[in-house]
Amino acid sequence: MTAHPATRDPAWMPRVFWTLAAVVMLYPLLVATEFKPWLLFDEQSRKSTLRFLADFFPLVASGEFLIMVAKETWRTVAIATAGIALALVLAIPLTLLSTRVLSISALSGRMAALPFVLRQTLRMALVVLRSVPELVWALIFVRVVGLGPTAGVLAIALTYAGMLGKVYGEILESSETHASATLLRNGAGRLQTFFYGILPQNAAELTSYTVYRWECAIRSSVVLGFVGAGGLGQQMDNSMKMFNGGEVATMLLVFIALVALADAASAWLRKELG
Amino acid sequence: MDSRPDANTTAPPLPPALFDARCRACWMVAGLVLLTIASFWSLDLDFAALFSADSRQSMLRFVSEFFPPDFSAPFMKKVAIGTLETLAMSLLGTVIAAVWGLLLALPAARTHAGDAALARTPTRLVLNALRSIPELVWAALLLISAGLGPFAGTLALAFHTTGVLGRLFAEAIENADPAPAFALRAQGVGPVRVFLYTTLPQILPQVMSYSLYRWENNIRAAAVLGVVGAGGLGQLLAFHMGLFHMGKTATILMAMIALVALVDIASYLARRWMTR
Amino acid sequence: MRIFAERLSARHPAAKADAPPALAEASFTIEPGEQVAIIGASGAGKTTLLHALACALPPAAGTVTLDGVAPWQLPRAELQRLRGQLFLAPQVPPLPPRQRVVTAVLAGRLPALGFWKSVASLFYPYDIPAAHHALTAFDLAEKIFERVDRLSGGERQRVGLARALLAPASLWLVDEPLSALDPRRAELAITTLTGQARERGVTLVTTLHQVDVALTRYQRIIGLANGKLTFDLPAKDVTREMLERLYAEHPEELGGPAPELIDPVPAKQPAVMHCR
Repeated sequence: MTAHPATRDPAWMPRVFWTLAAVVMLYPLLVATEFKPWLLFDEQSRKSTLRFLADFFPLVASGEFLIMVAKETWRTVAIATAGIALALVLAIPLTLLSTRVLSISALSGRMAALPFVLRQTLRMALVVLRSVPELVWALIFVRVVGLGPTAGVLAIALTYAGMLGKVYGEILESSETHASATLLRNGAGRLQTFFYGILPQNAAELTSYTVYRWECAIRSSVVLGFVGAGGLGQQMDNSMKMFNGGEVATMLLVFIALVALADAASAWLRKELG
Repeated sequence: MDSRPDANTTAPPLPPALFDARCRACWMVAGLVLLTIASFWSLDLDFAALFSADSRQSMLRFVSEFFPPDFSAPFMKKVAIGTLETLAMSLLGTVIAAVWGLLLALPAARTHAGDAALARTPTRLVLNALRSIPELVWAALLLISAGLGPFAGTLALAFHTTGVLGRLFAEAIENADPAPAFALRAQGVGPVRVFLYTTLPQILPQVMSYSLYRWENNIRAAAVLGVVGAGGLGQLLAFHMGLFHMGKTATILMAMIALVALVDIASYLARRWMTR
Repeated sequence: MRIFAERLSARHPAAKADAPPALAEASFTIEPGEQVAIIGASGAGKTTLLHALACALPPAAGTVTLDGVAPWQLPRAELQRLRGQLFLAPQVPPLPPRQRVVTAVLAGRLPALGFWKSVASLFYPYDIPAAHHALTAFDLAEKIFERVDRLSGGERQRVGLARALLAPASLWLVDEPLSALDPRRAELAITTLTGQARERGVTLVTTLHQVDVALTRYQRIIGLANGKLTFDLPAKDVTREMLERLYAEHPEELGGPAPELIDPVPAKQPAVMHCR
């Protein structure tokens, strides 16, 4: 019997090939990550996991501990807020200096050489600032200024300055340049142009993005605590090292609530200000 | 006296006051300013130390110790292995998360108007909890069960990313065109098969693009996870920094920045290629 | 399958409970193997009637029985089994984009297929000859391994109809099968539908905008206007005046072209914001 032209699925062989390829690819991944789920269930690991989990209940809710948690939670928020404020102080001038829309020489064709080099250098600086993870910045600053919130604030300030600067630049450059170009042509200064021609049309988007970053910074500042930059994360790390499940569980719940709250607050703020 | 307004004597209308008790945005801005001031005031920040001559000295010394970076062959091999480990952790973590995210997105979505979706709220709660705990905290928690090493890091990435992807997938499912599913349900086909035959093919492009996007994020996250002992470049970094091997630390930092930059460029090119 | 409806009323699932029903107090009997065309202007309640017969919509009042069974009094599993004997072809072909034609057509047989066989069929279509046969009947054989979203609107509509030939059903409920087809293809489609239904002894209920096609191809015509059954007669007894009265409010639809099919708008992707 001759096979009917439409009785074999032409996609079958490629499918088999790609499935096999995926399986073959998976194996080195499993080896490299020492992926051994059964280890989770061996005698010793099961025992310590269960002991730690059993420790979660009852949650530690003594007055003294709760006051400490509340204080550290505030510090977490404060580190994020102060970090963002400093990041703004850094990012705004960097954005203004590096954005193309405020270039006077670019009005008449190509940007002149010197401003071009200056703008590109500043952009590189922004790239470097944000491509070092904030945790690494924190590790470095903990070395320089010692344990505590200063390192956390600086780490957030530097990384977020890079991120804010990049996105601010994108927002400004994707905006309508007619108003700003006209102002510049009529002899307005760069700062004047910024405030009268560019800021009004982009203010909402810039604010919204900044508030969103603030929410992200709160998540970051907890993580930074794990390398000694203060706040809730540092306390969580301490409790974990002492296998105090109850304290860890309380702080995890507080943290989840904090993130949810920041999420809601930032969504609300962005709606109101945007 | 003439009560008619006179252009010469009436003052021009004033602009609205900067702060108005009835303007909500004003209150919010005031609140944000207050929050910022309170933050700086309560944190006893020690910037003086940062700019004191003493600390400038120590900072300079610290930076100068980075040089020369250690480029010896055996150490480079270790860094290369760490980099590969970081990549493997991020990839495997994302794959696991995509699978679990899809499995959890089903109960977290209301698939059609008549769907009671009893599991929707509890599943979304679980997804939110998974999502709001950062990878690093998951890693620190999982060290207890999984021990030091990349396995804990992989699981940590998978946990956090499951929460993120699960929610996104659930939204994609709820936004999918319901007509194909309706036709199969009218034929009495069960929910799982309706999903496999109608909803999955619709959301597959979104599943792929969200997963790729998260993978990109996870590479960066995986690079630092090791700081708490969960494998990859971060573990090398924490180890050598702890021992004040600054030359080696510099090499690891360079590898980390190069990895992140490479991912950035690759994703930029991929995006441009896909939207071309 | 024998259909019996008495004072059947139904309303749209999205409609408010106090809104007038889209279908009010319709009574009729359709014998097994009979072929019935439902005509009427847009918004007359034709689709609602089909959905009510397909057990996709519980009646708001009155009763409907299929082969003497009241579907809404059956336990859930029994109702699903009954639905497996029905086939509803919505007007907009219910085909997920990116799915291949062969899979979309074979989906019609899902009620008769075990769970694992359905899953396996996603990887290798389990009955390509059957799909090919059904597609040939609608002049689409060469499109069998194409992707659905690469087809034209008319081709998609015919794929939706080809599904009927695979469904293990004894009642076909077809909504506007010709709305996107050119006259030649419409001729072929209606011949295939009625011919195959007769050959299999399947009861066929079709809503149609093309009154002339209804009158020449169906023995029995049901006229609907404003949710009410205005006549239920053998085709030869339907007079010009009856039709004019039926379309009194939309005279342009009588003999005019069918209203344009609007393809469903692709779901909007939710905006993603991530912290890195």
